Amino acid sequence: MLNVLAQPSILANQFLGSGDVIVQILSLLSYLFIFVFIFYGQRIQMYVMIREVESSLFKLKIMKEEGRKTAIETIKEIGKPTTDPSVKVDRYLEYFTIAPQSMDPAGIVYKLDHILDVRDERMKDEVKFMAPASDEVQVYNLENTLEAAMALNFIYKVVRHYYLQGKKTLSLYTIMQLQMILPLVMKEAEAYSSALKAFAYGQPIGDGAGPLIAAKLMHGQPLRKVPKDCVVATVQFEGRTALVLKAEGPGGNVGKPGDAVKTLIEENKGKIAAVIMIDAGLKLEGEALGEIAEGIGAAIGGPGVDQFKIEEAVVAEKIPLYAVIIKEDIGDAVSMMRKEISDAADKAIERVRDVVKERTKEGDQIIIVGVGNTIGIGQ
Amino acid sequence: MKKNANSTGSNKISTFVLAAIYVTLILSIVAIVVALGAFSEGSVEVTIYLLAIGFIALGLSGYYLFQSRKHVANLKIENPQILTAIECAKCNEKVSREFKRGDFVFKEMEKCPKCESMGRIVAIYREVKEKEKPLKV
Repeated sequence: MLNVLAQPSILANQFLGSGDVIVQILSLLSYLFIFVFIFYGQRIQMYVMIREVESSLFKLKIMKEEGRKTAIETIKEIGKPTTDPSVKVDRYLEYFTIAPQSMDPAGIVYKLDHILDVRDERMKDEVKFMAPASDEVQVYNLENTLEAAMALNFIYKVVRHYYLQGKKTLSLYTIMQLQMILPLVMKEAEAYSSALKAFAYGQPIGDGAGPLIAAKLMHGQPLRKVPKDCVVATVQFEGRTALVLKAEGPGGNVGKPGDAVKTLIEENKGKIAAVIMIDAGLKLEGEALGEIAEGIGAAIGGPGVDQFKIEEAVVAEKIPLYAVIIKEDIGDAVSMMRKEISDAADKAIERVRDVVKERTKEGDQIIIVGVGNTIGIGQ
Repeated sequence: MKKNANSTGSNKISTFVLAAIYVTLILSIVAIVVALGAFSEGSVEVTIYLLAIGFIALGLSGYYLFQSRKHVANLKIENPQILTAIECAKCNEKVSREFKRGDFVFKEMEKCPKCESMGRIVAIYREVKEKEKPLKV
């Protein structure tokens, strides 16, 4: 063993010589490092960033393919199509919507509303065509599944675009911007990825906190439908008459609360004392999941059409508008509902009760709106 | 979807990078062996330099190999367990079971095991064990 070890040490002595030579080599190496980092530091930094973006892009690709696979499998399982739906799903994933021209913004809300209606109708028709055996609830759930797969496909393509552009032009700033926003993009993509299964199986998602609370308030009461895709129940609540409104479940549906609130206000002209909106609200880092907060204004997300309509309706009648939100992050909002959010529903009802008692009088008529996607939540 | 299949070329750890890692690993082992030989010859200074180079290179290549494996392991998409909570309308007995397709909140369903009257789903949720410690700020 010692003979074997002695051979390399002779070589080492020959090549490395005495300690002085090693010191010289090491100092030469140090100069080389300084030289390389002065002239190629930025490029090395860029290659490190490109590697990071590449690994995230790989992850996004897997998520996107998983989304497509889940959508196709669910359509085959539920919709019993006679032909392979893969081609139609691929076509669906590439659909786009062009926002209306905003050079002259007057009337843009109604133009956007019309475009969104056409889009919604077209998407539903496509789903019915792809999955002929599915019922109405399943059509809504399949549409949501495809929307999540579509979002993943879009995120992947946008990130790939900037990655390839940065690599092609060797632009540090393109790559740097992409690398800086990647943690947020990945968080959103992961949320959509976990939402896929929820949509495919019809499980409630975090965004359903509003409809869950409305459902708890209206359960067991006679219901009637209001346009569009919403249900309303008249409930006695703390001595007031509450018109409790939510999207019709349990299919994946957000309805059009803007139109529904407008209809209810018109039906009860001059009688509505307050509108209370309950929705999932984005929490800031450090805030607890499921925390309840109260405020003023229309608590509703989306493209803004419904918010506009609600504001327009309440302003015309000078009705006060209150909001109660259940805090959660974007990941929790689009993925399966967490226990903390489900448990927060009862606390939110107590908060709504306080608002009603403090801000309205006994005998008043109020509207309570549970805003959000009602997937997996009946009424 | 095939059109996107070869779009990035980044679907695995590059062969060149892997080769460089393995070469560094082999060279680091050689450096350590040579250091042992130099020690037996009595050259303490050479032994120290070679051992330092050997262990640094061994550490770096080991770290990168570990990272590349971790990178692949991280790509698994988790499927959390979803629970359905059912409450008896009569005796308020609550039971939880795994979610089944077709379940939805307020669905009237299976009989209560205690009083045989109809139960209804009151919640569908997932429980998450927090990995991160909350910041005390």
